[in-house]
Amino acid sequence: MNNESIAKTFGVATALCVVCAILVSVSSVALKGMQERNAALDKNINILRAAGLVGPREKITSEEAEKLFANSERVVVDMATGAVDENADPDAVEADKHAVIALDKEDDLAAIKTMPAKTIVYLFHDDAGKLQTAVLPIMGTGLWSMMHGYIALDSDLTTVAHIVFHEHGETPGLGGEISNPIWTAKWEGKKAFDENGTPILRVNKGIAEPESSCVDGISGSTLTCDGVNNTVTFWLGDKGFGPFLKDLKASSGPNNSENGKEEQ
Amino acid sequence: MTPAERKSSIEPLIKNNPVFIQILGICSALAVTTSLRTAFTMTLAVTFVTAFSNLGVSLIRKVIPNSIRMIVEMVIIATLVIVVDQLIKAFSYDLSKQLSVYVGLIITNCIVMGRAEAFAIKNGPKASLMDGIGNGVGYGVVLMIVAFFRELFGFGQVFGITVFKTVQDGGWYPTNGLMVTAPAAFFLIGALIWVVKTFNKDLQDAE
Repeated sequence: MNNESIAKTFGVATALCVVCAILVSVSSVALKGMQERNAALDKNINILRAAGLVGPREKITSEEAEKLFANSERVVVDMATGAVDENADPDAVEADKHAVIALDKEDDLAAIKTMPAKTIVYLFHDDAGKLQTAVLPIMGTGLWSMMHGYIALDSDLTTVAHIVFHEHGETPGLGGEISNPIWTAKWEGKKAFDENGTPILRVNKGIAEPESSCVDGISGSTLTCDGVNNTVTFWLGDKGFGPFLKDLKASSGPNNSENGKEEQ
Repeated sequence: MTPAERKSSIEPLIKNNPVFIQILGICSALAVTTSLRTAFTMTLAVTFVTAFSNLGVSLIRKVIPNSIRMIVEMVIIATLVIVVDQLIKAFSYDLSKQLSVYVGLIITNCIVMGRAEAFAIKNGPKASLMDGIGNGVGYGVVLMIVAFFRELFGFGQVFGITVFKTVQDGGWYPTNGLMVTAPAAFFLIGALIWVVKTFNKDLQDAE
């Protein structure tokens, strides 16, 4: 039979497309569950790493992750006001990528153009129900890419517990070192705010004073570090989680804030 | 294995290597060779795709109308790449994050299309499968050699195991910034071509 006839050409094309479509659909549908579980676990591990409950290179299963989340709560923060939105369903907020607030140019320190209207913050408690760490999602533009991460604050809501950048496209070996646990460990114990509640965390150029709120810079990555600076300053500032953190500080036990005053 | 099949599967390793000699698949060889783990996964993925696209094209080579020949090859290749991408996402999520778009870009890897067009369309299924495996592995050999040097000098590691403790990790080895960027792969591939052609006189161009 003539291979070049129009009928044959259409026949071969159709048959091939049907076979290939079936193959692609079957693999996509059959593996979807596993892929979604992987993505969810990956996200949870990064939150747990920020909370300090999982080591930087440690791997855990979904069940173990679930156990570690037992003493935590998801709080929906309305970013326009900084107030906690008690009525919002965290799952619905997580699924809704369209509700965003456009940022003015002068406010948009992290160069993100829009921020989610509602954000989920993870509060981890100890066995007595006292707040231990608050994990806040952050994002901002580095040198090449959007950097996504979490910053976790200790129970005083001032000291940095951990910082994690889990997704970014910065140069490997240079800016990409922002996800190196040895570098992120340098953030631990730094004071994020001054007495007035202004964010003061900074990545220095070169080596930083150990007692200051500055973190050692990464050599060869000044522009990425600037992006990290802006990101952290934005999200801890008034347009970010600043108002929420002030409210949480006031409500999470007067004891804490009184102690804080005495020390000063 | 007939001698012809052996030839089609062994020759692409060095003598007719897709990267050194045919100069195909260079772009992905630059992108995924910063570490051996990603290079190895990429090798497996590309070998799978070249092997089965060659097999698929060869099996239906007698019924493919010439006018839509390349589109048919593309559809087969694209299908295989999507399946591989789905499998990696399901079974090795970390690696899929590192390889990101490059698995999808196997579709545009010239080796796959090149072998389908140059070999599978006119040879039998068994020889085509062998040719596909040979070329996939030949590509992988280059990837692994390049990734070995880039990971060792760029990060002080081999397969993620620390060999030279780097300054960033509190050791003594200042990492080589050039090695982690794409130009390093160009230099290394250039050096490899030089070495291979020096030892294989018959590959040298006539003066």
